Amino acid sequence: MADIVLDGVTKRYPDGALAVKDVNIEIADGEFVILVGPSGCGKSTTLNMIAGLEDITEGELRIAGEVVNNKAPKDRDIAMVFQNYALYPHMTVRENMGFPLKLAKVDKATINAKVEEAAQILELTQHLDRKPSNLSGGQRQRVAMGRAIVRAPKAFLMDEPLSNLDAKLRVQMRTQVSRLQKQLGTTTVYVTHDQTEAMTLGDRVVVMRAGLVQQIGTPHELYETPVNLFVAGFIGSPSMNFLPGTLENGGLHTSIGQIPLTPEIRRALEGSKADREVIVGLRPENFEDARLVEDKAGGGTFTATVDVLESMGSDIFAYFSIEGGGASSAELEELARDSGVADAAIDVNQIVTRLDPTSRAREGQPLEVWFNAAKIHVFDPSSGENLTHAVAAAAADPGRHAES
Amino acid sequence: MAVTAGKKVGWSTANILVVAWALFPVWWLVSLSFKKPGNIATDGGSFWPTSWSLENYRGIFKLGEFVRSILNSIGIAVISTVIAVALATMAAYAIARLRFPGKGLLIGMSLLIAMFPQISLVSPLFSIERTLHLFDTWFGLIIPYMTFSLPLAIYTLSAFFREIPWDLEKAAKMDGATPSQAFRQVIAPLAAPGIFTTAILVLIFCWNDFLFAISLTSTTASRTVPAELGFFTGASQFQQPAGSIAAASVIITVPIIIFVLLFQRRIVAGLTSGAVKG
Repeated sequence: MADIVLDGVTKRYPDGALAVKDVNIEIADGEFVILVGPSGCGKSTTLNMIAGLEDITEGELRIAGEVVNNKAPKDRDIAMVFQNYALYPHMTVRENMGFPLKLAKVDKATINAKVEEAAQILELTQHLDRKPSNLSGGQRQRVAMGRAIVRAPKAFLMDEPLSNLDAKLRVQMRTQVSRLQKQLGTTTVYVTHDQTEAMTLGDRVVVMRAGLVQQIGTPHELYETPVNLFVAGFIGSPSMNFLPGTLENGGLHTSIGQIPLTPEIRRALEGSKADREVIVGLRPENFEDARLVEDKAGGGTFTATVDVLESMGSDIFAYFSIEGGGASSAELEELARDSGVADAAIDVNQIVTRLDPTSRAREGQPLEVWFNAAKIHVFDPSSGENLTHAVAAAAADPGRHAES
Repeated sequence: MAVTAGKKVGWSTANILVVAWALFPVWWLVSLSFKKPGNIATDGGSFWPTSWSLENYRGIFKLGEFVRSILNSIGIAVISTVIAVALATMAAYAIARLRFPGKGLLIGMSLLIAMFPQISLVSPLFSIERTLHLFDTWFGLIIPYMTFSLPLAIYTLSAFFREIPWDLEKAAKMDGATPSQAFRQVIAPLAAPGIFTTAILVLIFCWNDFLFAISLTSTTASRTVPAELGFFTGASQFQQPAGSIAAASVIITVPIIIFVLLFQRRIVAGLTSGAVKG
C-alpha cells in the first residue's frame, strides 16, 4: 500500500501529439480515485503511465515516495485490471490467479492458500479449475480482479473494468468493487467514461478533457461546484441544463425569462464587464411544478409545453422545448459529441426538469414551472469558466472558506 | 436453407470425383509396391496385384544407401524445421508487435525470396558451397532449406501473432513477467497452433525437396530419399526399378501422414478463445 503522486506528468507522442499535459494529482494511501472523461481525454494514457506501460515524457511519478519513472511495470508492484480482462486462455482460473505469485517465485503451498483466499472473497471457489472460455462475463471479470488482489500490491489500477458487462451486472459489480476496495484498503486508480461510476465509486474524482485535468474533487464538490462548463455538463445525469443569457443592468435575461440574482451571485458577477453574454446552468432538480411550490420567492417561473414525460416512480422527468437558440460553446459541443447528440441542431433549447411525482404535468399540456434562482451557475461562454464558483462553493460547504 | 435431394447428389458426386482423382495415383503407387518385381512388366497393367509380395520392401531395406538416405532426410528436415521455426517465431513476433521503419519493405523482401525461382539459384549455390566446403554435407542442404522456408514461416506466424490480444502481454508485464517470461509463458503457448502449422509446412517442404537434394549432394553422406530414388537400379540393367521406387515412395510418405494426423488437432483447436471479451 502506498500513495501515488503525479507531479507535472506530461505525455507527448513521437509525432508531437500531446496526449496528457501537466497532470498533478496526489493520491493518498488507501484512497479510491477515479479518472473520468470522454474518450480521448487522456485518462487511459495517464493510467498506463502509472502502470509503466507507457513512458512519461515529462514530470515525475512517485509511488510510496519513490520516483518510478524509469522502472519496468514488474518492478512497480502494482496490479492492473483490464477492460477486456486479458485472462490467459490456456490457464485455469487457479493458474491465472496464481500467475503473478508464480512469477514472484512464491512456493506452491502459499500460492494455493492465497488463491483459495482470493477465490473465497470473489466467490470463485467452485470455478477454480475451469478455463476462462467456460466462464460468464461477470465471472471472468472477477477472475481478473482476483489476479490483481492475490499478490497484495501497492496499488490497483483499473481500466474501465465494468464497461463490458451488461447494465444490471455492472451495477452489482460496482458495489462489489467498492466493497472490495474498502475491505482491502488498497490505493486504487480507476478509469471510466461513465460519470455514474465515477460519482458512486470514488473518494475523489479527476475530470479530464483533452489531456488536461479540469477539476479534482469529491463527487459532491464536482456536482455542486463545477469549475467550468465541461465539468458541469459532464457530471450529473440527466445533465445540467444550459441556457444562453445576457447580463444587463444588473439583471440576467434568458429564454425562460428574467432570473432574479441572489446578493451573493450579484456580487460574484459584479467584477465582470457591465453587459455581456453568459451561459446559465441549472440542474434538473432545481426545477419544480409551480403548483407544488408554496414559497415562490427566491426563484422565477415560466410556462412551457411538456414535450416528453418520463415517469420513474420516485420522480418525473419532464422535457421542455424553449424557443430561442441554445447555448453554444466549444466545451458543450464536445460534450454533445461525446454523448452522440452532436447532430441534433440546437435551434430550440431543450430543458430537462425533475419534478415531484405528484405533479400534474401531462405530455402536450402547458405547465408552469418554478426554478430555484439560488442554484444557478453562470458561465463565461468563451472560457467556459464558472463565474459563480465561489458562491456555489460557499453554499455547498458553509464551514469552509470559499477558495479562489 | 433447404438442401434438395438433387443438390445433395450433385455435390456428393463432385466430392467423390475429386477424392478419386486425388487418391488414384496414391493407390496405383501402393499397388505397384506390392507387386512381385519380376511380374511388373506383365502384371503392370492391372489395377490390383495378382499376387501380393513384400519383396520390393525387403529389397530396398537391404540397400544400405536407402536406409542411410532416410536418416539423412529425417535429420536434415528436422534440423531445418526446428531452426527455421525458431527464427521465424522471433521474427514474426517482432513484425506483429513492433513498429519500426522499413517493416513493410522487410515483409515484402522476404516474400520476394519465397517467390524466387529456386532453379536459378542452384548453380551459384553449387559454386558457393564447394568453395565453403559445405557441398555434400547436412548443412549444405539445411541452409538453403531454411532460407526458402523462412519467409513463408514468418508470414504465417505473424498472422497468428496478430490474432493474440496485446493486452495479454501487458497483463503479463503487470503480473511481474520479464519480456522473455511473457513470451514463453503467455504468448508462445497461445501461438502454438500457428507454430505447429508452420512447422508442418516447413517440414513437408524440406522432406519433399528434390532440386537442392540432387544438386548439392554427391554421396550418401547427405543424399536424401527423393534424390536417392533416382539412383535406384533394377536387379539387372535391363530391369526397371519401378517396384523399388514405389515401395520407397510409400515408405517416405508414411511419416508425413503420421505427422499431419498427430498435429492436426492442435492446429484446429482454437486456443485463444476466452482470453478477452468479445
